Amino acid sequence: MNLTLKIWRQKNANDKGGLVDYKVTDVSPDMSFLEMLDVLNEDLINKNEEPVAFDHDCREGICGMCSLYINGEAHGPDRGITTCQLHMRMFKDGDTIYIEPFRAAAFPVIKDLVVDRSAFDRIQHAGGFISVNTSGNTIDANAIPVNKHDADKAFDAATCIGCGACVASCKNSSAMLFVSAKVSQFALLPQGKIEATDRVLNMVKQMDEEGFGNCTNTGACEVECPKGISLENIARMNREYLKASLKG
Amino acid sequence: MSGILNSSIGRKFAMALSAFFLMIFLLQHFAINSLSVFSADAFNEVSHFMGTNWLIQFVMQPILMFGVVFHFVMGFVLEIRNRKARHISYAKNNGAANSTWMSRNMIYSGLFILIFLIIHFLDFWFPEINTKYIQGDMSGLLADGEGYRYFEELQHKFEPVWRVALYCVGFVFLALHLLHGFNSAFQSVGANNKYTKGLKGFGKAYAILIPLGFIVIALVHHFNH
Ligand code: HEM
Ligand code: SF4
Ligand code: FES
Repeated sequence: MNLTLKIWRQKNANDKGGLVDYKVTDVSPDMSFLEMLDVLNEDLINKNEEPVAFDHDCREGICGMCSLYINGEAHGPDRGITTCQLHMRMFKDGDTIYIEPFRAAAFPVIKDLVVDRSAFDRIQHAGGFISVNTSGNTIDANAIPVNKHDADKAFDAATCIGCGACVASCKNSSAMLFVSAKVSQFALLPQGKIEATDRVLNMVKQMDEEGFGNCTNTGACEVECPKGISLENIARMNREYLKASLKG
Repeated sequence: MSGILNSSIGRKFAMALSAFFLMIFLLQHFAINSLSVFSADAFNEVSHFMGTNWLIQFVMQPILMFGVVFHFVMGFVLEIRNRKARHISYAKNNGAANSTWMSRNMIYSGLFILIFLIIHFLDFWFPEINTKYIQGDMSGLLADGEGYRYFEELQHKFEPVWRVALYCVGFVFLALHLLHGFNSAFQSVGANNKYTKGLKGFGKAYAILIPLGFIVIALVHHFNH
């Protein structure tokens, strides 16, 4: 396949940046999207040009490090996958592909397609933890019975890999799907009850301080999320938040 | 509870509550308008009652005004904040791949409803206030004293084609607004459960049938005059 890529290039956080056209030839449909970019980068290095910076780590859909807004969608046109799992067979010979960084005021560009998602870490620090007695008499988690239905829902919520596709896809740059997954995975389990009130208040407060937008329930996040995190989690977070506000 | 309007979820919650209130009011407004199609007398009676009852005039009406103003002001506030949350927009964005047009354009359907509401106020509310509280005529009677004025006034208003057309367009935008808004409001207050699927169907029916009903009523009076 021969393709035209329109890639966002930006030297650093202060550079204005812009789209640059690249032609890539002989792309195999079996390549992953990131391999295709690797080939482009090899080419650029051979020509003594600056390679395109993009995030990646595990390349098997579990770490949440890869990103990219490909042809107008986070993680590209396929469903239920991250960019590292996207294959070139999703595209046709002669296609033009737009490749942009995840956009949000709270995710500033570091370089080219690499954005700073540490806002998510700070939200986690604000409440994404539980208290466990570690002084020698730790209770084994398996010793505490958990309703199967709740355990399943908590597990589903816990599959969020913190990639930020929800923020990137949202017209409001809202982080509610991510935060609600993190709130839900604990809210549904007995171990999470101790800090339940503070957790939701503090995580939402941090989310607001980071400058994410406000959810208007468009549902774009749920569709684009590589892990299929459900909007039910946002509803649960709204309930938890209301409960906590009335208490505190 | 303090400062709940300073948080994103709190604002969202308040937005949904005002929307619920408006959707209930809309039903009541629709019920009274429907009377005008079936019985001019019944419509007159109810209109006179609504227009002169102190509870409705001085308690319910101010609450309604507050609800409408709160809803659209909060709508604008949220829109501005949400725009600020992304400094650089995408060169290519495929919104249709993951969300409905209605959900992405609530501010535009809302804006059109606001324009409609302003005209609606100029058409009905201001003349009412003028007759009752400025000219002091609380009788609700026609100038010649022969029966109530409400039905006559209503029919008269729907004579010009431009006004009927404007009303129809206004209600199409209301339908678009509610096609997303009805179920969105439930999600906002945290109601997403086994009833959500069924409620979606009900929401669609409400969003289409109620505005359509208003349109039919306007057309009936236009053509029956
Ligand atoms: C007066 C002009 C209006 C404007 C400018 C307006 C604006 C908006 C905006 C921007 C939203 C989206 C905000 C969000 O989802 O967070 C919204 C939501 C909504 N609006 Fe309106 N609106 C207006 C009138 C109405 C009317 C008359 C009704 C109903 C009869 C209505 C029902 C709703 C509903 C049900 C929602 C969803 C609430 C939610 O998601 O929690 N709106 N409106
Ligand atoms: S909710 Fe989904 S899209 Fe958002 S950060 Fe988690 S895995 Fe990524
Ligand atoms: S690189 Fe780890 S999820 Fe894509």
